[in-house]
Amino acid sequence: MSETQSDSPLLRIENLEKRFDVDSGFLESLRFRGGRIRRETRAVHAVNNISFDVNRGEAVCVVGESGCGKSTVARMVANLLTPSGGEIHYDGQRIDTLHGKALMPIRSKIQMVFQNPYASLNPRMTIGQSLEEPTKFHNPTLSNGDIRDKITGVMKSVGIDPAWTARYPHELSGGQRQRIAIARALTVDPEFIVADEPISALDVSIQAQVLNLMLQMQEDHGITYLFITHDLSVVEHFGTKVAVLYLGSICEVADTRTLFAAPKHPYTKALLSAVPQLKDDSPNHIRLKGEIPTPIDLPDGCPFQTRCPMANARCRAEKPAAFQQPDGAIVACHAVEEGRSEPGVTLQEAV
Amino acid sequence: MTLLSVRDLTVKFATRNEPVTALHGISFDIAQGERVGVVGESGAGKSITGFALMNLLSKPGFIDSGQILFEGQDVTQMSDRAVRKLRGNRMAMIFQDPMVTLNPVLTIGQQMIETLRAHRRLSYDEARQIALVKLKGVYIPSPEERLDQYPHELSGGMRQRIVIAIALLLDPQLIIADEPTTALDVTIQADIMELLLELCRSNMVGLMLITHDLGVVSQVTERTLVMYAGRIIESGKTRAIINDPQHPYTQGLINALPQQTPPGTRLRQIPGSMPTLSMMPSGCPFNPRCELATDLCRANMPDITQFGEVQVACHEVQRLQADLNTAEAAQ
Repeated sequence: MSETQSDSPLLRIENLEKRFDVDSGFLESLRFRGGRIRRETRAVHAVNNISFDVNRGEAVCVVGESGCGKSTVARMVANLLTPSGGEIHYDGQRIDTLHGKALMPIRSKIQMVFQNPYASLNPRMTIGQSLEEPTKFHNPTLSNGDIRDKITGVMKSVGIDPAWTARYPHELSGGQRQRIAIARALTVDPEFIVADEPISALDVSIQAQVLNLMLQMQEDHGITYLFITHDLSVVEHFGTKVAVLYLGSICEVADTRTLFAAPKHPYTKALLSAVPQLKDDSPNHIRLKGEIPTPIDLPDGCPFQTRCPMANARCRAEKPAAFQQPDGAIVACHAVEEGRSEPGVTLQEAV
Repeated sequence: MTLLSVRDLTVKFATRNEPVTALHGISFDIAQGERVGVVGESGAGKSITGFALMNLLSKPGFIDSGQILFEGQDVTQMSDRAVRKLRGNRMAMIFQDPMVTLNPVLTIGQQMIETLRAHRRLSYDEARQIALVKLKGVYIPSPEERLDQYPHELSGGMRQRIVIAIALLLDPQLIIADEPTTALDVTIQADIMELLLELCRSNMVGLMLITHDLGVVSQVTERTLVMYAGRIIESGKTRAIINDPQHPYTQGLINALPQQTPPGTRLRQIPGSMPTLSMMPSGCPFNPRCELATDLCRANMPDITQFGEVQVACHEVQRLQADLNTAEAAQ
């Protein structure tokens, strides 16, 4: 690896955008406006102008509530969705425009682990077949014996008995299935794993097992993670850097320690305070007004202004740009920029 | 005063072979206005307990033995008609997913008025007035309009608040909430939990909160039951259980949380997974995953004993107590 390569980030996301058309048919797109019929297609603005970097060996967590576009980001990075705008660079190479054969080497470098191991493993394939297929596909020169050895090694490394190759997914528990899903990602020796809520479908005691496995893989294979989650306690434990998304836009990107010690964006603050704490019996969270607006009609100005306790006229008119704070956090908020103070919200206003 | 008293409740599920046991003779009480949390992992029998209390178990599940005394009456011995009078009236249930609980083809108003008029002699307008008041009670904005809307027109948080309003319609004595915020986002979850807590406190309603989230239990409930494989293995004051758990499983569950270890280090995991109903190990159900398991644990199910502030079912804890007692006696 050359000097310049190791200095530049492994993954660079620039001004990434994704829109999904809602009105796909001709008749659906007709609207009656101002006395005449017009053709208008509405779109879900899932991801709006997102930029961040992932350095080699980092575990970058993307957090946010449902509908904030975190899974869409993951799928675009794993090249399962094509961005509507912006660029994705991996190891200095632009990957979002690649197709077919040119994409092959990238596919083996970037692997994905999905949320639900009940859905991501083919119920009609044995564990062995599920693991063999990607290995053969990406290493066509390997002999059958070598492939078997490789699978055995990978299964051992994730703590699954190699004798289980003949079993089917339904014979395994949720935690074991998620181990197999991780093992499948590891069979092609990836550098980068995109994990979309890999532990949220699992029980607490099993979550710890899978999270430990992912930490172990990071140490053993030097894997870089893009970890999508809504669980902030997992982020604090696992992530080196956090990107907080709200309605498809970035609120705050910071080192995990900085973010948890000194959250700046009002949404980040509310999100952190809403996590139920074990040792604290008086719920005392920052309340937000109302609920997340639909990503079809994005609010004007800052996407968070409809719920933000600190919103003013400027927030409602102008979308805040991301700027860097003295401690390195990148925050997109007018209130933080101007140093406005925070008023409280009552439960009645909140719900 | 005791509102609900469950004694040796055993629930079984009929299978092609022998029936499997989902609840192994559990006993607990809920006092008037008391908030009790039921924690455990999936398959522990938490939801089955909730369903059994409402006599809502559907085939192949059935109550094999035991008593459920609600306000002094045994729910298990009641006729269907009598149970129907109780359900929604004296005790109400809140389920996980409000989209499934609410009828999608009826307006919010129709569903609320139907419930009210099924239990009380009320005119349509009187019922509508009560519905309005209850909607205001859960802070629904412009409640008049909401009454004529369908569930799909509302957001997830708003739907769950309507479900809470429906549960509170007839001023029940007990609310059974089965994972009421699991389908919701964190910021919404915090608001709903606060609302539920406020309503239970101000109306002196008993709450049985079924959840897997120890953080939620810690913030909302006064007493906690920890369930594992169809048994209550530890119970006591929530504070005592969170701060000083005795059963190895409860300890493991709390220690496995990411908050409990410094960032970046390995979490303290519990090896293995919960046994299935048909493959229950002999003795203590936790023994295959327990570091402290002895031959005694593999042979006999431990009885529930008082240890300090909590009730625990564990041989190791009992041995510890016996040691303490002999040490005291020697002194």
